[in-house]
Amino acid sequence: MIVIAMCASIRRVTTCACVAGLSLVAVPVLAQTPPGGAQAPAAGAAQPVDAQQVRLELERLRQEFEAIRDSYGARLAALEAKLDAPIQSTAAPAVLAGQPSPGAPPGAVEAPPGAGEPQGTLPVYGNSSALSKIFNPDIAVIGNFIGAVGENTVDRAPALDMREAEMSLQAIVDPYARADFFLAASAEGLEMEEGFVTFTNLPGGLFAKVGKMKQQFGKVNTLHAHLLPWVDVPLVTKNLLGGEEGLNDSGLSVSKLVLNPWFFLEATGEVYQGNSGVFQTHERSDVSWLGRLRGYRDITEGTNLDVGASFARGHNDVGPDSTTRLFGIDATVRYRPLRRAIYRRFLGRTELIWSRRGQEERDVSAFGMYLSGDYQFGRRWFAGVRFDRSERAYDSSLVDQGPSVMLTYRPSEFSQIRGQFRRTKYAEGVTSNEALFQFLFSIGAHGAHVF
Amino acid sequence: MKRRIQIAALAVAMLSTANAHAAINVVTSTQDLAAIVKEIGGDRVTVESLAKGYQDPHFVEAKPSFILRLNRADLLVAVGRELEIGWLPALITQSRNSKIQPGSAGYLDASQNAKILDIPTGPITRAMGDVHPQGNPHYWLDPGNGRRIAQAVQGKLTELSRGDAAYFAQRYADFDRRLSEATTRWKAAMAPYKGLKVVTYHRSWTNFADAFGLDVIGFVEPKPGIPPSPAHTLNLEQEVKRQNVKLVLVEPYFDLKTPNAIGRDTGARVLVMPPSVGGVKEVNDYFQLFDYDINLLVSAIKALGGR
Repeated sequence: MIVIAMCASIRRVTTCACVAGLSLVAVPVLAQTPPGGAQAPAAGAAQPVDAQQVRLELERLRQEFEAIRDSYGARLAALEAKLDAPIQSTAAPAVLAGQPSPGAPPGAVEAPPGAGEPQGTLPVYGNSSALSKIFNPDIAVIGNFIGAVGENTVDRAPALDMREAEMSLQAIVDPYARADFFLAASAEGLEMEEGFVTFTNLPGGLFAKVGKMKQQFGKVNTLHAHLLPWVDVPLVTKNLLGGEEGLNDSGLSVSKLVLNPWFFLEATGEVYQGNSGVFQTHERSDVSWLGRLRGYRDITEGTNLDVGASFARGHNDVGPDSTTRLFGIDATVRYRPLRRAIYRRFLGRTELIWSRRGQEERDVSAFGMYLSGDYQFGRRWFAGVRFDRSERAYDSSLVDQGPSVMLTYRPSEFSQIRGQFRRTKYAEGVTSNEALFQFLFSIGAHGAHVF
Repeated sequence: MKRRIQIAALAVAMLSTANAHAAINVVTSTQDLAAIVKEIGGDRVTVESLAKGYQDPHFVEAKPSFILRLNRADLLVAVGRELEIGWLPALITQSRNSKIQPGSAGYLDASQNAKILDIPTGPITRAMGDVHPQGNPHYWLDPGNGRRIAQAVQGKLTELSRGDAAYFAQRYADFDRRLSEATTRWKAAMAPYKGLKVVTYHRSWTNFADAFGLDVIGFVEPKPGIPPSPAHTLNLEQEVKRQNVKLVLVEPYFDLKTPNAIGRDTGARVLVMPPSVGGVKEVNDYFQLFDYDINLLVSAIKALGGR
C-alpha cells in the first residue's frame, strides 16, 4: 500500500529518470514497515477491535509517511535541478540520495571540500576505471635532441641525433615506499636507465633504495642528462667513470642523516652487482661497493655550500684479481637571491676524481677534474663555462683537456634550447673545435627533482 | 659576580621553558600558514616556515637544510593545490620522517576545506602556461579561507595533542572573533571601491579580488608562469587605457620593468603588494597582511583622486 502511494506521489514530484533513485531510497522505508504492519493485524486478532487505537496508529503512520514524502520530494527536486546530463542520472543520484546531507562548510560551493581532482576534467567511463586512473603513476617523457658541427676524430658523434626519449613513471607504492622508473628509448633500443623502490619509512632515520640506479658518486654521475648544465658530460666522466652513462647499476643503497647542530651531513653506503662503467664482474661475489659523505650548509639565505667525498671499489675488465678504486671530491657553491629567485642564480662546481686501476704489470693512477660556473642573467637566459682536464684510466700519460662555453634559452620550465662551443685537445695530438646544440622538451607530469 | 648570576638565571630560565612541555614542532611551507598555526597553537607549538614571504612560492629550492627541519617536524602544513609541486614532494621523501608523509597524521593540506577558485573546467594543456589543475593555490588571500585554514589547523593540532583541545578551541574562537571584526573593517574600507578595475602580474589575487570586490581585468603575464611578451604587453596597455584602469599590482618577487613600462604608457600606478606574510617587513601576521594591502590600495586610490 505504501509503495503504491509512494508511486503516486512520485508521479507528482518527479520524472521517470528518478524512479530508480527513489526506489532505492524506498527500500529502507519498506524494511522498516513490517514490524508496525505486522503488529496491527496481530492486535486485531487477539482482542476486540480497539478502533481508537488503530485510528491513532493509522494517523501516526500517515503523518510519518507525509513527512517522508515531503522530505524526499524536496530532495528530489533539488537533485533534479542539479542534473544536467540525463544519461548520468540513474547511478549517481541514487548514491547521492542515499547519503546523509554532507554538511558542506560555508562558501564551499565552488569546490567540494577535499576534492583533489580537477572538476569535470577526468573522463568518466565508469567509476572503477576513473578510480584506476587516479592511481596511475605520474608519466612524463623528456626528449633530448643533440646536434654537432665541426670535426672530431676521437669522440665521434652524429651531426643530428635524437639521442633519447626518457620516460618516467613515478608513484607512491604504499604507505612505506615509492617507486621511480626511468626508461630511455634511443636508437639502441629501450633501456632501463633507472628503476628503483625507495623506502621512506624505515626505523632509525634510514633511507633505502633498491633497484637499478645511478650510483651516488659525486654530482654529475647522479644527474639525468636533462639536468646537466651542458650538452655533453665532462671528459672526466668519460675517461674515469667509464663513459657517458657513468656508474649505473643494480644494487642497494642505504643512507642516514648524521644529525648534528651545525650542518646537514648524510652518509650513504651502497652495494652493486659490479657491472657498470669501469667495473666488471668475473664471479658472483665481485660486487662493487660505494661510500659517500655529503655535507651541506646555508651560508646566507641565498648562498650555500655543498661538499662531498665519494669512494667506490669494484673489479675491472683486466682479470679476476684486478680492481679499480675511485675516489672523488666535489664542491658546489650556489647563490640565488630569494627575492629574485626566478631571475638570478649562480652555481659554481668542481669535481676531482682519482682512479687507481689494477692492470697486469702495475696499478695505474689517473686524475681528472672539471670546474664549471653557470649564471642565470634573465628569466629565460643562462650562460656557463667549463674547464675539463682528465688523464685516461688505463694510461695516465694520456691527457685530454679543454674549455667549453654554453648559452641556454628556456622558453618555459618545460623546454630549453642550448648551444655549447667546445674546444678539446686530445692526447692523440688533435684539437677539435665543435659547436654542439641541444633541444630538450618535456611533456607530462615530471616529479620534483632532488636538489 | 652579578653578571654571573644573571647568566645563570638566564640559563635556568631557558632550561625551564624548554622542559615545560614538549611543544608540537610544526613546519609550514609558507609564512602565511605559519602565522595561522601560531594563532591557533600559541605556546603549545613551535612553528617555522620553509619559504619566505618575499619569495615566489612556486620556485623554492629544495635545500638539504629543509630536509633537516622536516626530519624533526611533528606536523607539516602545506598550501596544496600543487603550489609546492616543484619542491616539497622531494623534501618530504628525503625527510626520513614517517610522521609527515602525505596520508600520515602529521601531514595537513590546508586547502582541504578552502574556497578554491579558478578550477579549470575544460581540458587543460601546458599550452595554457603553468596552470594549476586543482585550482588557484593563492587562496589564503581571502580572510574567509584564513578561517577555514585555522579550522583545519585546530582540528589537526587537537588530533595530535588531545590534552590541549580546550586550549586550541579557545584560541580558535578568539582568532575567529578577531578575524570577523577585522574582516568587517577591511570590507568597509574597500566598500567604496567595489568593482575597481586592476591589473595584476600573476594570477595571485583571484581570492583577494573575490573577497574585496576588485575586478581583475588582465595580467602582466600572458599566461600563468610565462614571462611578459611585447605583444601581450601592448594589448594589455590598450585594454588598460580603454577600461581606464588605475592600478597595476605586482608581487614583490617579480621584475618591475614591464609593470613600470605599462605604468608610464598608461598613467596607471604600479603597487608592489605582498601576497604573503613576511612579503614586506611590516607584515608579520595574518591580520597585518590585509591591513597592509588594503591600506596600500586605499591610499593609492585616494592619491589618484578617487573617492
